[in-house]
Amino acid sequence: MTIERHARLSDVQIWGEHLHFAVEAPEIGRTARPGQFVMIKVAEGGFPLLRRPLGVHNANESGLELFFKVAGQGTEILSRKKRGDTIDLIGPLGKGFTIPPSGAGRTAYLVGGGRGIAPLYFLARELAKAGMRPLVLYGGRCLTDIPLRERFEAAGIPFLCSTDDGSFGFAGLVTELASLELEKDKPAMIYGCGPDPMMKALAGIAAKHGVPAEFSLESVMGCGIGACWGCVHRIRSESGDGWVKICEEGPVFPGERILWP
Amino acid sequence: MAVTARPVDLGVDLGFLRLRNPVLTASGTFGYGLEFEPYLDLAKLGGLVVKGLYYGPRDGNPPPRLVETASGLINAIGLQGVGVEAFARKVLPRLRRIDTPVIVNVCGADDDEYAAVVEFLDAQDGIAAYELNISCPNVKQDGACPALAPRPTFDLVKRIKAATRRPVITKLSPNVTSVVEIAQAAEEAGTDAVALVNTFLALAIDLETRRPKLGNVYGGLSGPAIKPIALRMVHQVASRLKVPVIGMGGIMTGPDALEFLMAGAAAVEVGTANFVDPDAAVRIVAGIERWCAAHGVPAVRDVIGTLETR
Repeated sequence: MTIERHARLSDVQIWGEHLHFAVEAPEIGRTARPGQFVMIKVAEGGFPLLRRPLGVHNANESGLELFFKVAGQGTEILSRKKRGDTIDLIGPLGKGFTIPPSGAGRTAYLVGGGRGIAPLYFLARELAKAGMRPLVLYGGRCLTDIPLRERFEAAGIPFLCSTDDGSFGFAGLVTELASLELEKDKPAMIYGCGPDPMMKALAGIAAKHGVPAEFSLESVMGCGIGACWGCVHRIRSESGDGWVKICEEGPVFPGERILWP
Repeated sequence: MAVTARPVDLGVDLGFLRLRNPVLTASGTFGYGLEFEPYLDLAKLGGLVVKGLYYGPRDGNPPPRLVETASGLINAIGLQGVGVEAFARKVLPRLRRIDTPVIVNVCGADDDEYAAVVEFLDAQDGIAAYELNISCPNVKQDGACPALAPRPTFDLVKRIKAATRRPVITKLSPNVTSVVEIAQAAEEAGTDAVALVNTFLALAIDLETRRPKLGNVYGGLSGPAIKPIALRMVHQVASRLKVPVIGMGGIMTGPDALEFLMAGAAAVEVGTANFVDPDAAVRIVAGIERWCAAHGVPAVRDVIGTLETR
């Protein structure tokens, strides 16, 4: 875990309501794993006060990539950043996705809804490096809600899209698409990141098919480093059910441990 | 003419405890301390106040537990924690290796539980003092806590002073008509110091759902938004008490901390700033040192209580 006070943005892309940053932060990039996140300071001087958590979209020796949607005041301020500007970030934080050690040659489904797709790009690349066959199931409300299509295509990662309004790909929910795919092929793992109702439904589908699953939970975070106990979710453990810190023990949890509201 | 910079003496004395500098980390904002080891040298702190401990583990409030407001943060964590036994077994041995005073924030559902916590912890080495948390607004209906009235404050402080061999710092609530009256009750009961302010009972509303933004409905407001009110309360209390006052409320920078010292605080606690910058406390120490050096102040203790009001 490193604080990078002045990480330079080597590239900024704007895709509609979505932004893509390439960040020069080698210390963080070198050690980041899929599913981990960074905490970004959006303003100096106390307003907005708190850092914003963003999942790592991709990482390598020279730094990391971030992909996010303008969803509130914090991300709106970040969206005004230009190439060459610097950001102040802490990371990599949290525990990421598990890549099964004996998964080579087997399929994994990566199911993402909306902005939840961001960490799955990184995960898909790492799964491919580990010899697995990732299939990304990418859902959004409409065509403009699934802006990473071309990135997956360029990276040679197989993907299927769904839109609620049928404007692109499968017409319906991404969880319905996942159910259809599961009838054809039973993957070694299912990974999910997106809105809670999507992940809850996906957890049920994975359990029904007996496929191990992992989900990345989202929450407002005070600190991101386990100090404030603000970002909890109900999690099952050997010692009983309790409020567990998403930032520290997650954000990725095995499906069977997550108790959905 | 070149002025040779002499090192600033940052030490302060609480009477029962000497600190290498006046900056402590506030309970509930610094975990159990160890979470921050990757980001700062804990031995550079004046001291650290660990998260409030009940006797047993405690589950805390349902989420959402945090909401950000204008220059502030409302929290309703509900004092989730590991309890004294796990603290003594897992955390304290690691804190003992660090050359920094550890102050344990003590909680209780009733006076008996507060007493049981200090009795258990008195048998453990490596604790410099207790901070008696009589002021958390997030654990009972409508923010109820002993610090809202002089009598329960007096009774509890008296009981805990009799129960422990260690110094007791009483942490006060700002959610009262006269914080001075409560502080005086704590002093009469024998507290070794008072710390103020805890958070301000607050509410944030989601207009669309017509629901409170916090699972607990009300929470405690902290951060820069509360600093001027906290500063006024610290000044009022420090002007009237003989025991030392530890000031806090929205301190983000060295100059913020110096304002509290000037208002009469003998030391300060840094809270919400730790969330924004995990190394905030040591940056604040450096900021205090820079200001003193730039203003020819040889020792930071010379700043304490120097506010001129006439």
